[in-house]
This record gives sequence, structure tokens and C-alpha cells, in this order.
Amino acid sequence: MKSLSTFSVRRVGLALAAPVLALAFAVVVTSAILIGTGHAPLDAFGWMWAYGTAPDSIVLTINLAVGYYLAAVAVAIGFRMNLFNIGVDGQYRLAALVAAGVAGAIHLAPILSVAITVVVAMGVGALWAAIAGYLKVKRGVSEVISTIMLNYIANAVIGYLLVPGKLAVNVTGSEGVGTKVIPASGQVPGLAIIGGAQTKVYGLVVLAILVGGGYWFLLSRTRFGFDLRATGRSETAAVASGVNVKRMVIISLLLSGGIAGLIGIPNLLGESYSYSQNFPAGIGFTGISVALLGRNHPLGIAFGALLWAFLDNARQILDLHQVSKEVVTIMQATAVLSVVVAYELVRRYSISRQQRDVAQTLEAREVTV
Amino acid sequence: MELRGITKRFPGVVANHDIDITVRAGTVHAIVGENGAGKSTLMKTLFGMHKPDEGTIAVNGQQVTFSSPADAIAEGVGMVHQHFQLADNLTVTENVVLGMEPTSRGFLSFGAARTRIRELGRQYGLEVDPDALVEELGVGDRQRVEILKVLYRGARILILDEPTAVLVPQEVNELFGALRELKGQGLTVIFISHKLDEVLSVADAVTVIRGGTTVATIDPEVTSARQLAELMVGSELPSPATGESTVTDVDVLRVENLCLVSADGRSLLEGISFTIHKGEVLGIAGVEGNGQAELVEAVMGMRQAATGTVDLGGSDMSSWTTRRRREAGIGYIPEDRSRYGLLLDAPLWENRILGHQTERPNSKGLLIDAAGAKADAQRIVDEYDVRTPSIDVAASALSGGNQQKLIVGREMSGEPQLLIAAHPTRGVDVGAQAAIWDLLRAARSRGLAVLLVSADLDELIGLSDTLRVILRGRLVASADPATVTPEELGSAMTGAGAAA
Amino acid sequence: MTSDLKASAAALPIAVRTRSLLADKRTRPLVLLGLVLVVFSVVRVATGANELTSAGTLEAALALSIPLGLAGLGGLWAERAGVVNIGLEGMMIMGTWGAGWAGSTYGPWQGLAAGVAFGAIGGLMHAVATVTFGVDHIVSGVAINLLGLGITQFLAVQVLHNPTQSGEIPSMGTFTVPLLPGWFASIGAHHWFAVSDLANVLFAIVDKPAYFTVMAVALLPISYFVLWRTAFGLRLRACGEAPYAAETLGVNVYKYKYLAVIASGALAGFGGAFLAIWSGFYHDGQTQGYGFIGLAAMIFGNWRPAGLAVGAGLFGYTNGLQLRSPPAVHALLLVLVIALAAYSAWLLYRRRWTSGGISAVCTLLVLWWFLKTHELEQHIVSATPYVTTLLVLALASQRLRPPAADGIPYRRGQGK
Repeated sequence: MKSLSTFSVRRVGLALAAPVLALAFAVVVTSAILIGTGHAPLDAFGWMWAYGTAPDSIVLTINLAVGYYLAAVAVAIGFRMNLFNIGVDGQYRLAALVAAGVAGAIHLAPILSVAITVVVAMGVGALWAAIAGYLKVKRGVSEVISTIMLNYIANAVIGYLLVPGKLAVNVTGSEGVGTKVIPASGQVPGLAIIGGAQTKVYGLVVLAILVGGGYWFLLSRTRFGFDLRATGRSETAAVASGVNVKRMVIISLLLSGGIAGLIGIPNLLGESYSYSQNFPAGIGFTGISVALLGRNHPLGIAFGALLWAFLDNARQILDLHQVSKEVVTIMQATAVLSVVVAYELVRRYSISRQQRDVAQTLEAREVTV
Repeated sequence: MELRGITKRFPGVVANHDIDITVRAGTVHAIVGENGAGKSTLMKTLFGMHKPDEGTIAVNGQQVTFSSPADAIAEGVGMVHQHFQLADNLTVTENVVLGMEPTSRGFLSFGAARTRIRELGRQYGLEVDPDALVEELGVGDRQRVEILKVLYRGARILILDEPTAVLVPQEVNELFGALRELKGQGLTVIFISHKLDEVLSVADAVTVIRGGTTVATIDPEVTSARQLAELMVGSELPSPATGESTVTDVDVLRVENLCLVSADGRSLLEGISFTIHKGEVLGIAGVEGNGQAELVEAVMGMRQAATGTVDLGGSDMSSWTTRRRREAGIGYIPEDRSRYGLLLDAPLWENRILGHQTERPNSKGLLIDAAGAKADAQRIVDEYDVRTPSIDVAASALSGGNQQKLIVGREMSGEPQLLIAAHPTRGVDVGAQAAIWDLLRAARSRGLAVLLVSADLDELIGLSDTLRVILRGRLVASADPATVTPEELGSAMTGAGAAA
Repeated sequence: MTSDLKASAAALPIAVRTRSLLADKRTRPLVLLGLVLVVFSVVRVATGANELTSAGTLEAALALSIPLGLAGLGGLWAERAGVVNIGLEGMMIMGTWGAGWAGSTYGPWQGLAAGVAFGAIGGLMHAVATVTFGVDHIVSGVAINLLGLGITQFLAVQVLHNPTQSGEIPSMGTFTVPLLPGWFASIGAHHWFAVSDLANVLFAIVDKPAYFTVMAVALLPISYFVLWRTAFGLRLRACGEAPYAAETLGVNVYKYKYLAVIASGALAGFGGAFLAIWSGFYHDGQTQGYGFIGLAAMIFGNWRPAGLAVGAGLFGYTNGLQLRSPPAVHALLLVLVIALAAYSAWLLYRRRWTSGGISAVCTLLVLWWFLKTHELEQHIVSATPYVTTLLVLALASQRLRPPAADGIPYRRGQGK
């Protein structure tokens, strides 16, 4: 039994080594750039820390992270079976638009109204993703290309729907258009859980927690999750084991798109109450990075989402100090590229280490026999 | 060519140590050893695919160091790999000239190369159309291309790694004819094999490797296969022969008029019909690529048959999914275990679940029962003698033989009615081979029906109760394993003549 | 009466001859191009949408096809060596910025060189991740896209002191082709069936082509010759088909993969530079996903240069048409109807009743759409190139043959 625990413990240790190494490397690269452009890295990081840990910043970070987390889970479901849903961005924006239109039009009991909004958003996201699933399963089109094209097509559809007379109305006091403001019955109140903050955490942070828990349970405890992971590890072996891969592609894209549909909802029902051209965009792409950083693990993704949101938020202070805040983008990108390299290196090391251990244990056993 | 004290270590294992071999010029020198004895490692060393940690290599008396295959090629050493190293989408000529392409004014110019390939083909009896795409060639032709590649480079020393593994006896004879031709023209051939009869018939000298080192070099004129076997494994080679027939008249699998068509409309299987009874082993013989793999996949439901029925124990399962077929009691040992049989990155206990996701003790309802799967994985490890320190190590950490024993153990769990075994002992060591044969025999006597596909004709003849021959997607002949010889079977496999 | 008979008697051998020309591999592309030209002429005459084949539309189409084609060529180089390059978009972004910065500071030629160099740096990073470290090619490509964007945004602020755009890049200069442009223009102005359309195509090609346009177009045959007619190209392709086979013949697979991916980045960088120099400046978001569409064009072209050119031309054309003349996009629906009808007929002729039936229904639906509407909503028009990409891939994907080892990580000495 001792050997059992050593193998498991080492696995966890190795899993943590990769992101730590990658983040350290990203910090080094960023520091080098800062020094190269005449700034003291420690000062810059210090300002960011001070700004980013103020109570209101923490609320902002959490609220940003909620969207990032949902996006990353949506991406991760695909990643776990080697399916690249690059189209989360289009899926969530289209879903948020339609959900906003529906939520603005209905007047029902509060819980019911929110439930309908959530279901509509998930349905739209899932349907948009299903197009890519259909094309892959029936027509053999790589989901990488089709989901990217669907992002651009989603832009066009949103432009088409977001005009007065369709889903939008003229917004009073501005030149833009947006969907009808969601009535109070359809809104979700914020939570004042961060002491000293003027602002509130989205009530639907609960949604992210539920999705994270559900994702963990589905992947590691259910037969479906086993089939999904088996497909990701070896599609051929999965087919031979009785997994219907085409069905899995459709189901996981539906799930992925459904969760993608949720990305905009905490913001929609907790802050903006309307979908307009100002609605946050690009979260789907951030989700890809966060999923890679967190190695598709529910806790890893949570950490990645919070870190990413913290950086996005805290970098705002850099402009005040005449440091261009885009340096943080480079830091994030470096972290992602180096983390995937680090995971690969750790994987190789872990395999050769295990092979060595197996050989040594068996040799030792033969000697004692 | 002379090897002195070659030692090669890999993380945790010493694959070769103190290898000493002297190969005389103009001879066929065989190197024999069982799977896992270190032959492949030695070959890679000889061909510069990795460097030895200790020891020296000399060619024609000159000490050499190979740090890449290019160095070996420059010294006139060429290698014909066991797994063909060919690009399917390129022509024969392109495959042959790759790495030393003839050009004129910077552009490729194949004219002279084509002529040279034709010449070499005529000279050594290795004729192939230089303009054919490799994907259109059969196994024998592919091997010719491999040898032509080496000859085109002007190699004087040819290393052939298990060249007969995928050939039928007639093709083996043709190959040996070519080898004698090469020898006659002064070339040196190093011939790696574990098939002792072949080795004794073609080699001028035989070196035996065991446990990673050379144990003896013998003269084939005065040595018997039995003596050689004892040198090779320290005891007599295991035999696949089964005892008394346990065949009953209860049908387990009945396949009728099965046809399969590829996506682009080619016919892969045509009118396949056979029945396997309880306690019967039905062997399918055939040259690789004649539809065996497709037949197995069609019975498993991994490919959708165009017409025909597949019936298991009285229920028509033609429209069933793979999963449902497995649940109905089909065990499956796939031919390529690393691609079809295992999740290499996953721990052994998760591999216990693979293929049996819906069965106890692996799952309860829709949930995975990790504790149950772990306990049962431990049982398989103990019962089937899978040598591993823990069920938490990744499958990729185990040797081929131990991986295969895990698969066999897994597929025998849950009392299947039918076992589909494709090349069940390919690439495993003698110990594991004997163990797997024992398991198959025991299961057969308990009433298991087995569909056996193998390229090893001795295995096929030894284990089977009934033999069928597959050629171009059709079952063309049957044979009685009690009387048929490998040569007769070989003729039937190539369509040259009907077996008994 | 007699002339009718003569015409139909003459038509029969033409039909037969067309069929045999179609069957011949060498003449097939020309015949197909001719058919396309005729279809467009018919639609133009039938709808009166002269913009469909006007010189202006075709010039815009050519200019828009080139960056796509360059990105596609970048994809071709990498994938022929077995490395999937979804990072083309990021490399292109780096190319636009490099060209914007160096172009506005030093001049257009320096801008082009800088664009190519920046793209090549992106390619190098992708090569390090995928070839040396064996990272999944898609994952690495996604990360490169992110990094390309991050670096350019940072550099824009740091170097250009303007986060969104660069200063003006001077024009590069053009070739002057004697006489021909005038002739073609005058023939084109007559709107004669087929003849004027062909003249417009030729006019778009010979009318004052910019130096870098000619260079970009030349890269297509150059790539073909390098990849298919030289020893270097054979080795590179062997690395994409069977890297372990190449390895056993002494080919340094790492070297070829590196060179291929760097060349891939350089070509994408050229594409980005083209965009910036053509517009006269760099701006944020200039690439609009051209890297991805270029990759799609390459897939559509079955990993071959000529096919890729057709793909890039198709997407460039739809994009050019929707930019130059949105109303004419409506006429494209009729082209779609004809194409779908032909496809349905072919399916039915091959006795594939179900797919043929579905296809025929689609034909009728699009025809109905065409007849019911007079113009298309602007947002739908803007989606045309992307929808075209999807449709074409959906129709073509199953007949494609990617390099056998495309996207599979390679490690020396790990072959069987």
C-alpha cells in the first residue's frame, strides 16, 4: 500500500510543479521587459498588488473571474476529449443577446424568470455549438475551423438582431441601442460578502460554483466522464471499448455550448440588465487561456480564472505610473505558452520516472524472491 | 562488422550489456533471441539510432562511431525495419531516393533513379514499379522497397529486423532467395529473428542473445532448433498445441453473409459466413491486409456491415452498438494494444474499466465505482501475474508482455461467451506467450468460444480447432489444423492453391 | 431552322468533348474555370448586377485574396512538414504591426521586410513549442495567437505611442504594363457575355500591379516548385507523411520541421505586411481572422498550392463583392442556386437519392429566397465569406487527404 500512496502523491506534486514553473518564467520575462523599458519590476508588481487587493478591486476580480471560469469550463469539457471549441466566444455572446431579449420581455415571478433566462441562454449556446458538432460528425469538418467561422457568423447574427424593431430598443440618454432593460423581477441581487467594498459580488457567482462542482463530478465520478476522458486520451481505444465517439462529440459540444451560454448571464442579470454593443466581449478566448493554465482541472481553472481576472484588473493602475499596461498581456500570454510547454515536460518526466520505478521495483522483487 | 562490449542503458534498465559479435563479410549472420531479449536495442545501436554507453563498433576493421543513421549509411550499413518505414503517399522512387535525391540544376530528376531501381530489382529479384504509390503495394512489395532503399544507398551490410514476421512461407522463400543472391554478390546480411527454423535454413552463423547479452555463437550446420531454443530461453520453447477437442455443438457466434464496404465504395469483406461453437477456437489465417482487421471490427460493431447478420448465442446483434455487444459477453483482445487496448497515460486501474465501463465491479448505475475497479484490477494483477509495483502506475510504464496479460485478464473477467483475440501474443516475451496460451486453452475447455486471428502460423495451427483462410475479404478455404502444414496454409493465404 | 439544327449538331460533340476534357487531369482546371466564368456571365446578364464581374470588384477580390493566399501558403508549408499551424493569425498580426512600424518609420520595403521577420519570429516560437517540446499543435497555436496580440499591443503603446494604429506607410510603387490594361478596360466596358467578364479578370491582373502584389502571387508557384520539385521539398513533405521513415534515411526531421514552420510564419507575416501596406497603415484588428480563413482555404485546396489559390480566390471574391457592392451579393444567391442544382443533379445521377433529394430541396429554398428578396441585409452580407468557408468545407471535407503525420508530435528515436 505504501507504493500506492507514493505514486499518487508524486502525481499531485508534479501537477503543481508545471504551473508554478510557468508563472515564474512569465514573471521573469515581464520583469526583463519592464527593466528594458526603464521601470523597476518590483515597483510595478507592488502597485498592482496594492491596487488589486483593495476591497472594491477584489469584488471586481471575482465578478470578472466568474465569467472567465464558466468560459474555461466550457472550453475544458471539449479539451478533455481533444475537441477544440474555439467558438465559446460567439456562443456566449449570441446566448446573452437572446437571453437578454427574452428576460426583458417577460414579467414573471423572480425565480421563474431567472430560470427561464438561464435555460434560454444555455439552449442558444448549445444550439450554436451543435452546428459545429453536426459539421464534424456528419461532414468531417474540423471543429477548430468551423467554430472560428461560427464566431464571425455570430457577430453578423448579433448585428442583425441588435437593431430596433428586432431585439433592441433605443437606449435613452445614449446613441447606442440595446435590449430592453430586464425588469427587477428578472434581476439577481448582488452579495455583499467582501467587507469594506462599495460594490457587490454577482449573485450568480453561485452558478459558477455549481457548474464547477458539476464538471468535477461528471468528469471524475460518472461513466460518461470516463468515456469522455478515454476519448481524449485515445480515440481508437475508446472506440474499441464501446464508446460512440460521434455521439460523444455531439453531447460534449452541446454541454460545452450550454455552459458557454451561461458566461454572460451573471453580468446580464447582476449588473448590465441589458445587452448592448458595450457588453463584454472576448471572454470566450480568455476561457481558452484559463483552461490551459488550469490544466482543465476544476480547481486549477478556478485559480487560473482568479489570477487572470486579478491581472486584468490590477494592471489598470500601471497607466497612472506611466508603465504601459499591455505588459500584463504579454505576461499572460507568456504564462500560457510556457505552461503548456511545462505540462508536456512534466508529462515526459513522469513517464520515464515511472518506467524506471517499475523496472527497479521489479528487479528488487526478483532479488528478494 | 565487429561489436565489442556494447552496453546500452535506458532509465532504470540495462537493455544490452557486453554484446560481442563478429560478422564475417559475405555471410548471412543471424541474431536470435526472444522478444524483450534486447535485439531491437542492439539493432538501433548498429544503425546509429542511438549511441551505446560502452563498447566499440568496427566496420571492415575500422573503428566507427555512429551518431545518426546518416553516419551508418555513410559506412555502408543499411537497415530494413520490422515496421516498414515508408511514406504511403509518395511513390516508390520518392521513398527510395529520399535523403540522397538526384537533382539537376537544383530540381529533382528521377530519370536515372528509376533506371537504377529497375536494375537493382532485376539484379536481386526485387522488382517493383518505381512509379507506383506505396499505399497501393502489398506487404511483400513494401518489403522489397525497403530492401531497395538500402541497396540504392550502396550498402554492403544489410540489417534485416524480423523480416519474415508479416510474410507467408512462400514470400519467405522468395526473400531468402534474394538474400542468397545478395550474399553471392559479396554483401553481408545481418538477420534478426526469433523463428528458429528460418534462421537455421538461411544463416551461415547464428548468435544468440538472452537477457540483453550474447550467450553463444553457433554453427547452424551442427545445431538443432531444439538446442538453439534452449540457448535462447534457457529451456524448451513453449508449444501452442492444445489437447483434446472441447468443441460442442452449441452455436455461440454465427456470422452469415457479412459484407463490408469502405467509405469510398471498395468492398472490404464479401459474403463472410462461419459459426463458432462453445469450446471451439476458430482460427483465421491470412496475409495481413486481407480483411482480418475489418472482420474483427465488424463483429465488434466498430464498423457497420453493409449486409449480413451477426448472431451471438441466438440473438441477432447486427444492429447493436459495440458497447451492447461487449455487454452481451464478448471479450476483445485487439491487435494493436497500445492504440486499441489501453489508455497508455492512465493508471492500470482505469485501464481495468476500459471496455467494461458499464459492468460491475467498475460501475454502479451511471457512476464509476473506483473502489470496485481498483480491487478488481489488483485481482487481475495477482491472478494473471502482471508484474507491476502498483495499480496506480500508468499503463505505458509496463512491458509489452505485462500490458498484454492485463488485457487478457480484463477481457476474461465477467465470464465472456466469446473472445476475439487478434494477434494475442505479438511482441510479448516467451514467458508471457506461454502464459497467454495456457489461459486461452483453459478458457476454451471451460466452454469459451474464441475467434483467433494471427500471423503466427504455428500459433494458429496449434491453438485452433478449425481454420479458415481469408483472402481479399473472402473466406476462401478451410483447413484441419491437425493435418495442415504451414506451407499448405501459406499457399492458401496467397491464393496459390487450396489447402486440405 | 437549319441554323438551329446546325447549332444542336455542333453542341453534341462540344458536350462530349467537354466531358473528356473534364476527365483529363491536365485540362480539368481550365475547363472548370471556363464553366465558372460562363455561370457568372449568365447570372450577371440575367440579374443585371454588373458589379458581379466588374473590374473594381475583381481588383478588390485579388487584393483580399492575396493575404488569405499567403496565410494559406504558410499553412501549407507547416502542414506539409506535419505541423498544424493555427497560430497563423497571431503571426499575421505580428506581420501587420512589423510592417506598420517599419513601414511608417523607414519605408514600405523595410516595412515588408519587418513584417516577414516578425511573422518568422512567431513561426519560430511555434516551432520551439511544437517541435522541440512536443506541445499539442492546436494548443500552441492558440497560445501564439494570444502572444502575437499581446506583443503587438504592447509594442504599439511602447513604440508607436498609439495603441490602435501606426503612421502612414508610403506607397510601394507599381509596375506599368503597356497597352493591355486599356484594351481590357474597353472590352470590359461593353458588358459582352463572357468576353467582357474575362477581360475584366485580365484587367484586374494587369492594371498597375504593385511590386509586392506580384511578389506575393509569385510565391505560389515558387512554393510549388520548392515543395514538389526539389530535394529539400521532398524531404520536407516526407517529414509530414512519415517522419520516422525520413529519420531512418538520415533526414534531420527537426531541421526540416523548424524551417517549414519558420517559413510558414514568414509567409503569414508577409500576408500581414500586405494588409498594412495596402491599407497605408497598421491598425488594431486589421487581420479580421484572415489567418484562420487562409487555413480553411488550404484545407479546401486539399493541401495543394493550386487548390489553395482557388480557395483563397473564392473567399477573397465573396469578401471583395460584399465590400464593394453589397447589392450584388444578392445575385450570388443565383450562382449558389446553379451550383446547388448541378450538385443535386450529379448526386441523383449517381443514384444517391437521399442526399440528392436534400440537395434539391436546398436548391429550391435558396431559389425561393432569391426570388422573394431584392437585396440582402447588410449583416448577412458581411457574414458571406465565413458562411462560404463553412459551406465549402462541409461539401469538400470528406474527399480531402491531409499529410499522414499532420499534427502528430514527433520525437527522434521514438518510432516503432
